[in-house]
Amino acid sequence: MTADFLILSLLTLVGAVAAVSLRNLVHCALALAAALAGLAGLYLHLQAQFVGFAQLLVYVGAVAILIVFAILLTRGSDSEPDGPPATRGWVPGAGLAAAAAGLVVAAILSSRALAPSLQSSPEAPVRAIGEQLMTRYVLALELIGILLTAALIGAVIIAMTLPSRRSAEHKPQSRTSIPDL
Amino acid sequence: MTPLHATLLVSALLFGVGLAGALARRNAIGVLIGIELMFNAANLNFIAFWRYGPHPEALTGILFVLFSIAIAAAEAAVGLALIIALYRHCRTVHLDKVNSLKG
Repeated sequence: MTADFLILSLLTLVGAVAAVSLRNLVHCALALAAALAGLAGLYLHLQAQFVGFAQLLVYVGAVAILIVFAILLTRGSDSEPDGPPATRGWVPGAGLAAAAAGLVVAAILSSRALAPSLQSSPEAPVRAIGEQLMTRYVLALELIGILLTAALIGAVIIAMTLPSRRSAEHKPQSRTSIPDL
Repeated sequence: MTPLHATLLVSALLFGVGLAGALARRNAIGVLIGIELMFNAANLNFIAFWRYGPHPEALTGILFVLFSIAIAAAEAAVGLALIIALYRHCRTVHLDKVNSLKG
């Protein structure tokens, strides 16, 4: 356990706590981006360079921005207070999460299977990752492509207002505006 | 404490924080943020076991994390589209106020 590991894990955990506990949602999204950047640093520390940079690109670059967009698009509703620590759901939620985390931590600390292995420093060169993706995991890669296409089309369709549905929404409104006889 | 233990502890604490957020937040976007944190805790576990495991040359952990990141990105896109559709329908993303199944 070295100093850079301590700093990176502290950044990650503090960012995560801020992301779930801050009141303002935009601050939450920024804290989430900080936590994800700290995780990318942890991946680099663990010598998984490709995964670390993929994490930076996908999470810090795309998912955090997507969350900020969603916050700004749904802005009208965040004037109401969102979960100050005294609301009903906070105590059982945090208690349950603390119980689950405590169980896992106790299991980790008491485990004997996690014996210190030989401290080799493995390498994951991009060439080897690409070869594996193109040979052994090619079916999974194709499935991920299909999944991403389906998710893209599905997200567009879900978030889109269909013109027919909009006209169907307008009709009953105009009808209700007319006093029925 | 070995480095594997330390990494797994960080991952467990991150999972707990994400679970607390997903259970306790009342805003749909806050719940989604908690879910993303739990996803990332699982990814950190994969990387830790790849790094300190007996067969790091197989690259299984790396590839699993890459696929998991792709799936998490798709999940975030669909989830945020659902939240936007919900907001358009109910004019709120406050989960306690979304309490009707029909119309």
